Amino acid sequence: MDGMRQKWEPKIIAFLCTWCSYAGADLAGVSRLQYPPSLRIVKVPCTGRISANMILDALRSGADGVLVSGCHPGDCHYISGNLLARRRFALLGKLLDFIGIEPGRLNFTWISASEGEQFAEVVQQVTKRVRALGPATRLVKRL
Amino acid sequence: MRGIVHHITEELRNTARELLASGRISAFLGFREGDHPMTVAPFAARTAEEVELLIFNSFCVLNSANTIPELLRDLTPPAKRGEPPNEPPMIGVIATGCWSRNIVVQIQEHQVPRDKLVIVGVASRGMVDRRKVLAKLPNSDVYSVEEQDHLLLVRGRGYEVEIPRWEVVRDNCRSCSHPEAVDFDLWIGPKTGPRSIDAPFQELEEIEGLGAAGRWEWFSNEFSRCIRCYACRNACPLCYCPTCFVDDSRPQWVGKSADFSDTATFHLLRAYHCAGRCTDCGACESVCPMDIPLRKLTKKLYKAVKERFGFEPGLSSGATLPLSTFSSEDREEFILRPGGPGQEER
Ligand code: SF4
Ligand code: SF4
Ligand code: SF4
Ligand code: FES
Repeated sequence: MDGMRQKWEPKIIAFLCTWCSYAGADLAGVSRLQYPPSLRIVKVPCTGRISANMILDALRSGADGVLVSGCHPGDCHYISGNLLARRRFALLGKLLDFIGIEPGRLNFTWISASEGEQFAEVVQQVTKRVRALGPATRLVKRL
Repeated sequence: MRGIVHHITEELRNTARELLASGRISAFLGFREGDHPMTVAPFAARTAEEVELLIFNSFCVLNSANTIPELLRDLTPPAKRGEPPNEPPMIGVIATGCWSRNIVVQIQEHQVPRDKLVIVGVASRGMVDRRKVLAKLPNSDVYSVEEQDHLLLVRGRGYEVEIPRWEVVRDNCRSCSHPEAVDFDLWIGPKTGPRSIDAPFQELEEIEGLGAAGRWEWFSNEFSRCIRCYACRNACPLCYCPTCFVDDSRPQWVGKSADFSDTATFHLLRAYHCAGRCTDCGACESVCPMDIPLRKLTKKLYKAVKERFGFEPGLSSGATLPLSTFSSEDREEFILRPGGPGQEER
């Protein structure tokens, strides 16, 4: 118990598109692939549904990192939701970087429903990056 | 009364008077003197007498476009029950480069019908930052400021100071490449043509050059002064939302606390909402009572939009806004690849 308390593990809010990455996460699970238990998953209908409000809300609520994952370009269930989202994420990343939020806290990727392995890999990658940054303090609400 | 701004003011009043007298417009939107030296207030003239109050000078740091949607709404006669809404009447409006670009954005976003506007174009000479003026004075008891072509003559308690005008022009105006209205029906004053600016984003470089920790320090130091009066939002011609996200209660995106995370959320989202739309008019920064460098955030996004999508806001009402479209060619260097090195550099 004591050992566990000392070891900090990042909390990562993952916004996963229900049509692809959420199913990809499911596949990773049923395939019994190992990946760190750092994710708190929020299922969204499409990456186009994710607004900057939601990402900032996660960071303000104490998330150490955010992962957004949707369908590969061209595969969006709503045709172009992910392509519109890609523009928005690019700008949000620029803005957060500009005010000193480390780029590693904000992660975007494309994972399809059949990419269980890739999903597990990305989670490992993201967890590693956020772990290296340590617990988030900037933007976190302290009351 | 002599000098360029006085000639422009004369021409402005003549134009507004004629437009009102001809019955073509029912109000002319511009500015009148404010209650203090170096301030102006938005003003809609509806009669020949009111036209005499209209002015144009170097202290017009607000944006005339900001008032257009509201004015059109106010001037539209209410519809009778069961009948379709009435059309708004026509109005005249004065527009410099950025003001006209903001009108273009409002047209793109269907907030303002172009055919209800008579846009009176003018070339901005660069508006003056009154804080820069005050910083040059022995005390802040200013009695009067007379604007000459290249000098401001400031009289105050125990002093009379001459200040070269360009020295106190706002930073956004100094880096502006479009001082002339881009879309207009009538023109007043001299034409100056576009200006070529070597390094339009120079003001960002110092901050960009800091590390993440330094940038956070800059951001939290500067923005924690914010008292959340929302004057910046209210002065911005892009912020016409019936319910702004700061007023949403379910979900509540911005808490009402004094914790910096709430202030930061407000600023990040406000700036982000202006991405691809902001013309760097500087109204938000000019009205801030706490002297917060708000424009740095919107300018950073201006730069990002220009670099990534090759788009500058408000230059053509036929263009599609960069965030309501996409290209399959959009760069996605920030997308993480499974097994790849990731996005260390943005
Ligand atoms: S005008 Fe200034 S003090 Fe008021 S909300 Fe905006 S940044 Fe904050
Ligand atoms: S955000 Fe500021 S600079 Fe940009 S259009 Fe609005 S008021 Fe002008
Ligand atoms: S800050 Fe955003 S939500 Fe609020 S009025 Fe401006 S554009 Fe609308
Ligand atoms: S449906 Fe998956 S990103 Fe649009």
